Amino acid sequence: MPTERTERLDIRSSDDVVKVRQQTRVLAAHAGLSLVDQTKIITAASELARNALDYGGGGEVLIEVLHDGGRRGVRLIFEDKGQGIPDIQAALKDGFTTGTGLGLGLGGARRLSNEFSIESAVGKGTKIAIARWTA
Amino acid sequence: MDRIPILKLGNALLVTIQVDMHDRLATALEQDLTDKIVTLGAKGVLIDISALEIVDSFIGRMLDNIAAVSRILDADTVVVGMRPAVAITLVELGLSLSGVKTALNVERGMALISQKAEAEDGHADGED
Repeated sequence: MPTERTERLDIRSSDDVVKVRQQTRVLAAHAGLSLVDQTKIITAASELARNALDYGGGGEVLIEVLHDGGRRGVRLIFEDKGQGIPDIQAALKDGFTTGTGLGLGLGGARRLSNEFSIESAVGKGTKIAIARWTA
Repeated sequence: MDRIPILKLGNALLVTIQVDMHDRLATALEQDLTDKIVTLGAKGVLIDISALEIVDSFIGRMLDNIAAVSRILDADTVVVGMRPAVAITLVELGLSLSGVKTALNVERGMALISQKAEAEDGHADGED
């Protein structure tokens, strides 16, 4: 699938979470997503960036603008080298948290995306990819 | 550290969030508002989020917390100006902000807070 534009950002502080939101907005607009779709993918990006920071001990994100035939979209790949998630199914359930949050981040990010995939290895880290496409 | 300004308007506090807040700034606002409700004896808190392009679970929880704490301190919180795309996204995220009163704009939000203040005054007069 051809990639039009790529940005890579570190996630080391809560200021970086803001930067991830801002850069996602720029690329989602560049991809031609509607305002509602932009809002959804930016919100999902914010949740996953905060998770990478709070539970993954920091990490990075790759943001790509893609085109696939007639449609265009934006994909974000979050990677951290944190403790990993032992039970992914449990972590995807609303209300599940090992921290102090609401436990909506992972499940919410999945609902707000058209594509969602997660790989995690205990002690090694977590990789989550989400994408949102033009209709 | 930066702070979000809190204005006093009659017996209400008005906060207009105009920046993309990082998490510490949101936490500081929660603390500052709680302090001001007590020191100024405010009856209402009006939070204008019309400039916010997203509300994620962290900001949503902040709004819920402010509403819960201010209720305990006898003040109403009204969140105004939420963008339609933000409302749609919040519900899909799984946050309904059930503890938070909302109004379309600052004017209607102020009217809600004034109603509460007047109702309480009226009640007090009735007891005299």
